[in-house]
Amino acid sequence: MKKHWYDYLWILSSLYLILGFFNILFAWLGLLCFFIPLIIAAVRGTKGYCNRYCGRGQLFGLLGGRFGLSRKKDIPKWMKSKGFRYGFLIFFFAMFFVMLWNTYLVFAGAGELKQVVTLLWTFKLPWHWAYHGTLFHPGVAQFAFGFYSVMLTSTVLGLITMVLFKPRSWCVYCPMGTMTQLICRARNGKA
Amino acid sequence: MNTGKKRRQAVVEKKDCVACGCCVKVCPKEAITVIGGLFAQVDTDRCVGCGKCAKECPASVIEMREVTA
Repeated sequence: MKKHWYDYLWILSSLYLILGFFNILFAWLGLLCFFIPLIIAAVRGTKGYCNRYCGRGQLFGLLGGRFGLSRKKDIPKWMKSKGFRYGFLIFFFAMFFVMLWNTYLVFAGAGELKQVVTLLWTFKLPWHWAYHGTLFHPGVAQFAFGFYSVMLTSTVLGLITMVLFKPRSWCVYCPMGTMTQLICRARNGKA
Repeated sequence: MNTGKKRRQAVVEKKDCVACGCCVKVCPKEAITVIGGLFAQVDTDRCVGCGKCAKECPASVIEMREVTA
């Protein structure tokens, strides 16, 4: 099959994770993975982002497929149920808003910048070595730490399910995927 | 065309499809498309029943079935 430029976006996704180890402010770039899928779904009514441009999906496909780091077993039934997919979306968003709230506190001067990356919403990893100050408000850095936490957490979850089930198992419960599908459903009618 | 012959074809369980498009990528015949970001659809004229999509599907919602063509 012919390769397109967008088949190499896994390089950008890997680069994103690596850059976060050197300067946390790069985490802001991750917003692209939030807005582009939503814009495509809202404007074109497709999951074009998942289907073509998602670098993370490609990365899982490559590691689990080409490199064989996957058992390639069926995902459990409950994990592909609407209940779990919507539940995970809601949970993910709740955690996202907690992160935004913490960012707001720093912007408002009511909280201090915490130079940590929180993995799986629980484990606080020291990450001060990726922070070299900012020209902007410390809140800008707080958002970066928070957003990178979201991205790293979802990557780790994706890697775990990649190993346990099929390479791109993450796609089944990816909150962005669920959300864009909901937008498409609202636009294009029921499946 | 009904020849009475049996052959294998990919069948998508649409209600559980997450429309990720993994199947589209692996199909050697370009026989699958994702419709409106909702589900994958198999072009039965093009599908040769190789089963690559069923293997790839992360939600395992594609089944290979014997059909009379």
